[in-house]
Amino acid sequence: MAKKEQAMEVQVREESPAEDVERTRARRCFVPKTDIYETDNEIIILADLPGANDKTVDVTLEKNVLSISALITPLNSAGYELAYAEYEQGDYQRNFRLSDEIDREKIEAVVRDGVLRLKLPKVKEAAVKKITVKTS
Amino acid sequence: MYHRFRMPSIWQDMDQLQREMNRLFDVSNQGRVFNSPSYPAINIWTNEEGQLISAEMPGIRPEDLEVDVTGDALSISGERKADGIEVDAHLHRQERNSGLFSRTIQLPFMVDTNKVEASFKDGVLVVTLPRADADKPKKITVRQK
Repeated sequence: MAKKEQAMEVQVREESPAEDVERTRARRCFVPKTDIYETDNEIIILADLPGANDKTVDVTLEKNVLSISALITPLNSAGYELAYAEYEQGDYQRNFRLSDEIDREKIEAVVRDGVLRLKLPKVKEAAVKKITVKTS
Repeated sequence: MYHRFRMPSIWQDMDQLQREMNRLFDVSNQGRVFNSPSYPAINIWTNEEGQLISAEMPGIRPEDLEVDVTGDALSISGERKADGIEVDAHLHRQERNSGLFSRTIQLPFMVDTNKVEASFKDGVLVVTLPRADADKPKKITVRQK
């Protein structure tokens, strides 16, 4: 049994900082917890968006700013009253500035069990173009 | 009480549980968000028929999640596995955690275990816990003689 006995901890959620766009929804907006990996060919982004599905997640890439937003439908708790709360339901919003050129046509986005997985392939041509410096 | 020094963690947990239960019935605490003692963070919804417990657990496969109800306790345990990322990948940012978790929630009533329902959708777990009929308050009519 080489399984590592690592216990999970509850992570504190941060509220999304005020953006230049005013929000029109009377709900809090959180920064989703995100992992970013980079390989030679692509950038992989994993974001925790509990309650979001393929219809409510919105991913846009404008210039080199990638923005992820998810509007969460509140839990259907008709007939019940909230007695005790350890988390708040809210929307998610986060922007990333990408340093590499991304092949926009081949971006893949999958949402499964409340986790968004983004695959951003790098543009091949952006690979090293060496300029030889000559002495005059 | 001599156990208190030998196994402090259990007593601490039990004290915590007691405090949580007290808060549950405290009306003045409405609208407050409490710190979660352990993963996952839960919300408790109530009505006369029972409770609804919800937890946000993104990235957990339903097969890695175990929900048990015994009498008046609900336990949620499982493992959040790290996503399979290529070994040579360069890590820029890691905020999401992974590992084992287990949490037991003491309920203020006995549960009708046959009617418990649990659903897991888009990373949100919802457990419906109906109160057992035998545990419900019985209305007694007062007759005049």
